[in-house]
Amino acid sequence: MNIVVCVKQVPDTATERKLRSDDKTIDRDAADGVINELCEYAVEEALRLKEAHGGEVTVLTMGPDKASDTIRKALAMGADKAVHLVDDALHGSDALGTSYALAQTLRKIGFDLVVLGSESTDARTGVLAAMLAERLGVPQLTFANKVEVDGSAITVQRVTDYGYDRVEASLPAVVSVVEKINEPRYPSFKGIMAAKKKPVEKLGVADAEIDAAQVGLAGSWSEVADFAVAPPRAAGTVVKDEGDGGVKAADFLASKKFV
Amino acid sequence: MSEILVLVEHVEGQVKKVTLELLTLARTLGTPSAVWAGPGYSAEAQAKLAEHGAEKVYVADSADISDYVVAPKAELLAQLVSEKSPAAVLVAATAEAKEIAGRLAIKIDSGVLTDAVGVGDGLVADQSIFGGGVNVHSRVTKGTPIIAVRPNATPVEAAAGAGTEERVSVTVSDAARAARVVERVKEEKGARPELTEAAIVVSGGRGVGSAENFAVIERLADSLGAAVGASRAATDAGWYPHQFQVGQTGKTVSPQLYIAAGISGAIQHRAGMQTAKTIVAVNKDPEAPIFELADFGVVGDLHQVVPQLTDEISKRK
Repeated sequence: MNIVVCVKQVPDTATERKLRSDDKTIDRDAADGVINELCEYAVEEALRLKEAHGGEVTVLTMGPDKASDTIRKALAMGADKAVHLVDDALHGSDALGTSYALAQTLRKIGFDLVVLGSESTDARTGVLAAMLAERLGVPQLTFANKVEVDGSAITVQRVTDYGYDRVEASLPAVVSVVEKINEPRYPSFKGIMAAKKKPVEKLGVADAEIDAAQVGLAGSWSEVADFAVAPPRAAGTVVKDEGDGGVKAADFLASKKFV
Repeated sequence: MSEILVLVEHVEGQVKKVTLELLTLARTLGTPSAVWAGPGYSAEAQAKLAEHGAEKVYVADSADISDYVVAPKAELLAQLVSEKSPAAVLVAATAEAKEIAGRLAIKIDSGVLTDAVGVGDGLVADQSIFGGGVNVHSRVTKGTPIIAVRPNATPVEAAAGAGTEERVSVTVSDAARAARVVERVKEEKGARPELTEAAIVVSGGRGVGSAENFAVIERLADSLGAAVGASRAATDAGWYPHQFQVGQTGKTVSPQLYIAAGISGAIQHRAGMQTAKTIVAVNKDPEAPIFELADFGVVGDLHQVVPQLTDEISKRK
């Protein structure tokens, strides 16, 4: 099975994240770049599927040069090779542009199964996997907390508000995973050393047959008009519990008409 | 006034509150039309939508709309956008409706904005990003704007609309039948409201101390008619089921009132609750970052404070 796992480098959520004042895109230089947490679950699931069914795991990322650190992390976990879609023309792409660029690349490199995390911690749109399924014309098996493959049949548990749906489809397909589907492995020292020798193919927009007019900031379907750092919340009242903390909290809720 | 399509969220035939919020919001932007997709439609549902301003109710209630993941609903909306040329499409910012919005955006070659906490003139959306650290105004620049709006962004106000029913005949394409729902498994959650749409959420964290002690959190929630949430520390410890996790890798909630008990307020958690209108915190550590967000905080042991609060609320009812 030819599994492609899409990963994203995101600014570390433990640092202060900013938008750039010039083009209102995420300032990727201001914060350390780390692998998006849910992408680690996606890599782990891809590796487990490969271990159970054979095949190969390819890491695909779209991002600037420094995203190569994230590729190495996924390779160190055990993925076989990587494709790095990197081109200045892609800078500032929105979800539609990103899904278009990734879909073109996936068509080029081929896949039986595409695995993603269900959301990134920076943009948090949660739509990319659905968009890839739409663009590629393959089944959408998203928000999975369990994935089973049997030949060309694939079944997932799709997490819902009320529990889960069991969803069936045939490969090729796009899967996105939620946290807790597995426990991502830590790269071993051997894995980290081996990752340095694994092949990473760099593709630009022309290589992946991406129409540059449909990606990047100018090609996007939406824009940030303006932004501002959120004003700090007005300082609230903090009381020490002297045996009447619950009563005081109830008084506050009553003053706000919640009680 | 231009037509605004609002995709109806419904469960077991009941219109969910977020849809009434969206209809209220849509009335400030144009003339709302409700779109009912999937089985369960009734005269009662129609009346509810009309009461909240729906001029038209488009109904496509065949079972096969919801027998397949997401794609049929996106097809239905694409068909309606093509027939009715609305000014915008509003959906709730739920996991599934955002996916519908995403697929619709590709079908109709239009921009999509997710997790708006407000929509104003010119269909400019307010978004709160980076765990509430930055406020953004954004807009769609191509096609028919599709905007996913978070629950609790708009207080519900009734205002009668005609609610004229219009049946939509829709044929689910083979392409949209690719991922079939073969079983729906409902997990017991009792009578509490849904976490992402609840007006009040009471969450417990590391300070709760054990799975048994979550009963303290649940009793407070029940006294307020609230949903129960949990921090990642609590779900990782196995004290509360993972689907109730509020935070960066869990659910995002935006309620009128959020009560955090025994939660320190790390960025992981704040990202999931920072747009709550009013925040109350109980924590024994006076230095806990949650107090920076709290409108009202009690420094103390939640096992004392929370039961006392629950009793007080019950007394005052």
